[in-house]
Amino acid sequence: MSNSPKFVIDGLKATIENKEILKGINLEIKGGEVHAIMGPNGTGKSTLASAIMGHPKYEVTEGTATLNGVDLLEMEVDERARAGVFLAMQYPSEITGVTNADFLRSAINAKREEGDEISLIKFIRKMEGKMGELEMNPEFMHRYLNEGFSGGEKKRNEILQMAMLDPSVVILDEVDSGLDIDALKIVADGVNNMRSEERGFLIITHYQRLLDYITPDFVHVMMQGRIVKSGGPELAERLESEGYDWIKEELGIEDETVGQEEEEFKMPMNTVAPEFK
Amino acid sequence: MAKKMPEMEEYQYGFRDEHKAIFQTGKGLTAEIVTEISRQKNEPQWMLDFRLKSLAQFEKMPMPKWGGDMDELNFDDIQYYVKPSEKQGKTWEEVPSEIKETFDKLGIPEAEQKFLAGVSAQYESEVVYHSMQKELEDQGVIFMDTDTALKEHPEIFKEHFATVIPPADNKFAALNSAVWSGGSFIYVPKGVKCEVPLQAYFRINSENMGQFERTLIIADEGSFVHYVEGCTAPVYSTNSLHSAVVEIICKKDSRVRYTTIQNWAPNIYNLVTKRAVAEENATMEWVDGNIGSKLTMKYPAVVLKGEGAKGNVLSIAVAGKGQHQDAGAKMTHLAPNTTSTIVSKSISKHGGKVTYRGLTSFGRNSEGSKANIQCDTLILDNESTSDTIPYNEVKNDNITLEHEATVSKVSEDQLFYLMSRGLTESEATQMIVMGFIEPFTKELPMEYAVEMNRLIKFEMEGSIG
Repeated sequence: MSNSPKFVIDGLKATIENKEILKGINLEIKGGEVHAIMGPNGTGKSTLASAIMGHPKYEVTEGTATLNGVDLLEMEVDERARAGVFLAMQYPSEITGVTNADFLRSAINAKREEGDEISLIKFIRKMEGKMGELEMNPEFMHRYLNEGFSGGEKKRNEILQMAMLDPSVVILDEVDSGLDIDALKIVADGVNNMRSEERGFLIITHYQRLLDYITPDFVHVMMQGRIVKSGGPELAERLESEGYDWIKEELGIEDETVGQEEEEFKMPMNTVAPEFK
Repeated sequence: MAKKMPEMEEYQYGFRDEHKAIFQTGKGLTAEIVTEISRQKNEPQWMLDFRLKSLAQFEKMPMPKWGGDMDELNFDDIQYYVKPSEKQGKTWEEVPSEIKETFDKLGIPEAEQKFLAGVSAQYESEVVYHSMQKELEDQGVIFMDTDTALKEHPEIFKEHFATVIPPADNKFAALNSAVWSGGSFIYVPKGVKCEVPLQAYFRINSENMGQFERTLIIADEGSFVHYVEGCTAPVYSTNSLHSAVVEIICKKDSRVRYTTIQNWAPNIYNLVTKRAVAEENATMEWVDGNIGSKLTMKYPAVVLKGEGAKGNVLSIAVAGKGQHQDAGAKMTHLAPNTTSTIVSKSISKHGGKVTYRGLTSFGRNSEGSKANIQCDTLILDNESTSDTIPYNEVKNDNITLEHEATVSKVSEDQLFYLMSRGLTESEATQMIVMGFIEPFTKELPMEYAVEMNRLIKFEMEGSIG
């Protein structure tokens, strides 16, 4: 029981450059549960992920986020990570000159007490094993962190880090974007292998596709910076076949986005072109 | 849990010892002082004449109007020659005990045992300790301090001395030529390859000291040598001057690598002239790390004189508070099919200033030659600055010249990414900085790479918060 985490977000509001993006998010994730947050682009999904992890761009103005009763929002980013939160990012940074292996070993040791560092042999065995499961070429161990990786390779590398760091709350931010169907299956397997009573998942996705391979326990729809509808896996299936319009109609929402001009500018140029209406 | 960072200090090697010199000239520079230095060293007449001529040259030449700010450098306030001991030790027991303790603290005897083929330790103006492995001696390798070489190998000395850098080259070369003392002399015979590095360590101990070592390396045909130098000094409120001249002659098919890890205290003016001549198919490599000093002006040069000669400069410069690193490289392509590569990595923080200043020139006969220049700068905060000033001179149409320059900051997203995996802000910054200089550290012998990483970590600890 003590190993099963409880992650609670209560009334979370966050702004970017004084523009409110999250308008009160409530969510409770227990060990063993997989929650999916779905929604069209620009509704605040990725902001939620970044705000929980503590990206300096976002300012939390109200609400709390606790893990096993401990306030995460008071912590620095690295302290949140060491407390057990992991965010697989939509756009992982590239760090030149630092190998994947050196980086991961430092990250693992950051969680451990001084004098209790993981031995090199143990580390390499573990990393090789996990890379094998994710069908990653062994050379990625000694490549510079994310440098020159394709979109799919970066996502696999995020899942590798998740598997190595053994977190208790995992947030996957659009981990399916840019993946072909084979890579998607591998990533989904990686996540499914990690499902346990000791871990809760929050999967942020734009498409239903990923949820064909990772069956969620709960599905939430986000619009205008709020969770507007929650349900079970059947909600994701209905969204897949009917889209989001029926929810908008039901709730009388015309524009589901929040802080949209900002978001368009934040899109890296080489991924998704901004929408012009 | 977060690891505790070691306590922050300003400069790690800033301690001094209480050793009393056996002779010193006192402050200021005159013909009498120059004559006295030469007399103390018992030099031949030609060297005294050379010194006096160089002094006249120094007095005649104006201060450079470019580069760093030298307003606070007062030539009358410098002590030009300090003799620490009567004779040079061949074992550490023969070295005066305070001086030996200093070198012990710097880890030199330990390093010598572990991974060096020869060691020279200069303290103030003179080399106080010197040794070399017997195997190298048997192969005819000469490695000794420059003063001794003048006495023991007068022909080869006179043939090459001041041929690469004449006294009139620049004001500081003239100064060094007038008051030079110590430094290393290396001769590697034809075909001899020294697989293990030779090292010299330079230590300034007194206040207002001027250190003017003079190094001359001659690599005969088909030979190889790797020479490493390190430098430190105590921290004083007044300024000291380090103004070395390093001349290297790489004969046909030879290769010389010269590695410097300069970590002077932040009150040292480091104004050094380094130049090599590379003959046919010879390779000269400068690996140059500049971490300390108040102002460094240093542009290691290679004159590519023979067909197919190669020159490389790989340098890093780190400038912190009140520091200016004005560093770069000079490549002179005089023969056909010569190639040169310059990779410069600079880091500025806490208001420090880094300048890359480089000259690449192609003479009329440089047909088919190539040069590649890459300058990358990492700026750690908004107070710090960086400039890139490349000069190119091209007198031949059939050459290739490439120049790339990047300036970057440690980005918020990179820090967030690394911290989201559990690294503290300071660990994350260090990791980004280490990655940035990785092309440099990977060229160092393992032990130095470890030391370099340690130094950089140490430098970076004060950078956050």
